[in-house]
Amino acid sequence: MTTPTARFAPPSTMGIYHISPWDDAFEGHIMVAAEAETILNNKSENTSDKSLEDNSEGNQASKDNSEKIQRRLAQNREAARKSRLRKKAYVQKLETSRLKLARLQLELEQARLQGLLTCRSTASFEIYGPMNSGIAAFEVEYGNWIDEQDRKISELRNVLQLPVSEPELGMMVQNVLSHYRNLFRMKRDVARTDAFYLVHGAWKTSVERFFLWIGGFRPSTLINVVMPQLGLDEQQVVKVRTLRHSCVQAEDALSLGVEKLQQTLAQGFTYIAAGAGNYGAEMLSSLEKLESLESFVLQADHLREQTLDRMSRILTTHQAAKALLIFGEYFQRLRALNSLWCGRLKPQQPSYFPHYDIE
Amino acid sequence: MMAEKILKLASDNGIMIFSKSSCCLCYAVQILFQELHVKPNIYEIDRDPEGKEIEKALMRMGFSGPIPAVFINGKMVGSTNEVMSLHLSGSLIPLLKPYHQANVS
Repeated sequence: MTTPTARFAPPSTMGIYHISPWDDAFEGHIMVAAEAETILNNKSENTSDKSLEDNSEGNQASKDNSEKIQRRLAQNREAARKSRLRKKAYVQKLETSRLKLARLQLELEQARLQGLLTCRSTASFEIYGPMNSGIAAFEVEYGNWIDEQDRKISELRNVLQLPVSEPELGMMVQNVLSHYRNLFRMKRDVARTDAFYLVHGAWKTSVERFFLWIGGFRPSTLINVVMPQLGLDEQQVVKVRTLRHSCVQAEDALSLGVEKLQQTLAQGFTYIAAGAGNYGAEMLSSLEKLESLESFVLQADHLREQTLDRMSRILTTHQAAKALLIFGEYFQRLRALNSLWCGRLKPQQPSYFPHYDIE
Repeated sequence: MMAEKILKLASDNGIMIFSKSSCCLCYAVQILFQELHVKPNIYEIDRDPEGKEIEKALMRMGFSGPIPAVFINGKMVGSTNEVMSLHLSGSLIPLLKPYHQANVS
């Protein structure tokens, strides 16, 4: 905040008065003071000259003037003091407002992130508190991803009701698959920062989280959900069943791997408790084991990506489009169920679920 | 030099998984192989005094983990990613056929 320095009177005679917009009235006083000082200086010069010539009348007049000037100066000093106090109060008010603004901006940002997600990310704020910027960015991107996904699902629904060329439908299928790949790429970036965030499914709605498997949907679920409605021929049925079998085996292997991770971590703490282990060494080893969680999440996502890919190869273009529509709608229904669930809570519940939007 | 040691170990053992005793992802791959009725040989590189060099050599050979590093029939297959992709595409089981043991649970 820049304050213009005094524009009147040379500094040597009066000192610097800072003029600020909060007190225009003060300007009047400065001018009077400037004039007063100049007059006084002149007077003192004049009086010394004049005193030689004319004493009685001149002295009386100059005494009156001098008193007036002294009064004016006193008033001026008083005004200046009051002005300084007002300025101090003004600056303090500005400071308080600035802090309040900063706090409001932060609240707004947090509310906006929650608002973008409506009921999607109810617990993440409580669990993660001030989110780190990587996760905050992910949540914003995910909100956009969902909006885009909803658009694509509507497009699929519309296009499947019309006669459409195979290449055109094929492009749409690739477009949706590519959209899923974007999500996996986004998740890869978060896995580096915080694998636990993904493992807890923090960005998803509560109902979706109920079905969570290592940070996302279970790949075999995809197959189970779409299979009955696709009108597969015999060869396709065999291929899809084989794919599902392989999928389940891979899922079981990864699940057991995660369980092993839990067991070895628990074992490490037991050693410490039993006095058998060295605290520092065990903690360090546990820390290294936790880092492997990132690998599990990445492997789970890899499995999801592969399942989508393999399915699209077994199915015809039309079947693939239908499968993606069914699969997309499946998640829309889960999210809709979650909104209904949030909406049924009574008002006196704690604000875990601040948004009652029905999607 | 280390690569030779690795390849020798791999070719001596039909199904070879280079692993670490603390690696749970390696354990997951092991479980998958057992589920497919084969018994892989596990070489825990953290129990080998030259473990660090082996790990570096595996990285140079192109294993993304680098562990688990899987060899079948002396040939490099890959890490967890590659094993999972092969399995979903149905190509893993044919590779394992020569080593199939009915009594592996």
